Amino acid sequence: MYGNAYIDPNEKANSIVAGEDPEKLAEFEARISKGEKIEPKDWMPKEYRKQLIRMIEQHAHSEIIGALPEGTWITRAPGFQRKLALMAKVQDEVGHAQLLYSAAETLGKSREAMINDLITGKSKYSNVFNYPAFEWADACIIAWLIDAGAIINQVANAKGSYGPYCRALDRICTEESFHLKYGHDAVVTLATGTPYQRKMVQDALTRWWPPIMHFFGPSDKISQHTEILMKWKVKMASNDDMRQQYLNMYVPKIWDLGLTLPDPNLKKNEETGKWDYTEPDWEEFKRVINGDGPCNAERLAVRRNAEERGRWVREALKTADTKYIVPLA
Amino acid sequence: MIKSLDPRITRAEIELNNSIAPLEENDQWETYEVFHQKKRGDQHMHVGIVHAANPDMALLFAKEQYGRRGQSVNIWVVKTREVYTTDYEDSDIFDTVPEKMFREAGGYKVMEKINKYKKEHKI
Repeated sequence: MYGNAYIDPNEKANSIVAGEDPEKLAEFEARISKGEKIEPKDWMPKEYRKQLIRMIEQHAHSEIIGALPEGTWITRAPGFQRKLALMAKVQDEVGHAQLLYSAAETLGKSREAMINDLITGKSKYSNVFNYPAFEWADACIIAWLIDAGAIINQVANAKGSYGPYCRALDRICTEESFHLKYGHDAVVTLATGTPYQRKMVQDALTRWWPPIMHFFGPSDKISQHTEILMKWKVKMASNDDMRQQYLNMYVPKIWDLGLTLPDPNLKKNEETGKWDYTEPDWEEFKRVINGDGPCNAERLAVRRNAEERGRWVREALKTADTKYIVPLA
Repeated sequence: MIKSLDPRITRAEIELNNSIAPLEENDQWETYEVFHQKKRGDQHMHVGIVHAANPDMALLFAKEQYGRRGQSVNIWVVKTREVYTTDYEDSDIFDTVPEKMFREAGGYKVMEKINKYKKEHKI
């Protein structure tokens, strides 16, 4: 599961490569354009390192926080089979966070520093997890339609230029394919069930559609910053292109179940081949990402509580000769 | 106290405005590099790292993280700080390797000589 690390389109681009050795920069860019991967100890521009740390770290935080809305329904999952499957999925997500923190660490930011930035609210995570899972059907919609968005993003990023991130994503994508099938199965079960079950899944879909449309972030085509990050294969596709790909793949599958989406303007434009839709409310997106969403405070309080209550265990296990060095790959 | 949609969280009695001391250095211990073998007879392959306080814990976490799907028969863990490596910057040390045909099976071609000899001696 994942949320897009979105880049502010208004950020200034001209200072990105200021002060970099032009020869080394040219060599670095040539390597990337040949399709070679960058490894942890290679030379890299400061901005490349900074953006990758930010992106991979946000991705890791999203996995950890994403476990909370879904975990809400483990104790009340309908039936033992679904309880087992949901537990396995949530454990996968936490495992993904471990893989991603490890990849980010190879760029020189310690895991402790990343966790500190999460629990103080300094680092972001995917905005969708600031919304609650009211019903079992919400957990089903998350598993199918949020994970579907995550897969589009992760498959694209797995072709990026930074070796450790690509390797982590390859492993993650394999596991996500189970999440998607599990989620689809859970939604189909409700959608083909009793009138009450159908209503339940329709209501959850209506609730989740605005956060889903926010998922890939605001339009970023015009940004010069984005262009450089795309050249460096840090960012692999524009937010709009990923959103279009998502709509193209999943809207027909949703309509196929006779469910409706709360956007009267949503339709495929036969002339352009692209989807038309009502522009999502980006003011709400900004408000929620900056802390004022329905669940932001709870999510972080729960994380702080978990770190604090586990602290004595971690300290008891620490030995005097512990000596951290940056992992190899 | 948080009154959550998640009954487990409500039961945990968590303050909404709690604050905690930041995690200190080495709070997450150190890292082990993980090597995974899919089946007997295969090479062990490097698959990633785990953070752990001791080797037993590293093996446990490695099993959970890297042996979760598909086949596995064996895992090794090695402390990252005990692995010695070459540098990518020095990869020119391998440059002459492909030139040394005298070490390759393909560096030896005898059929031409044999055929010439056979022709000359009418064998």
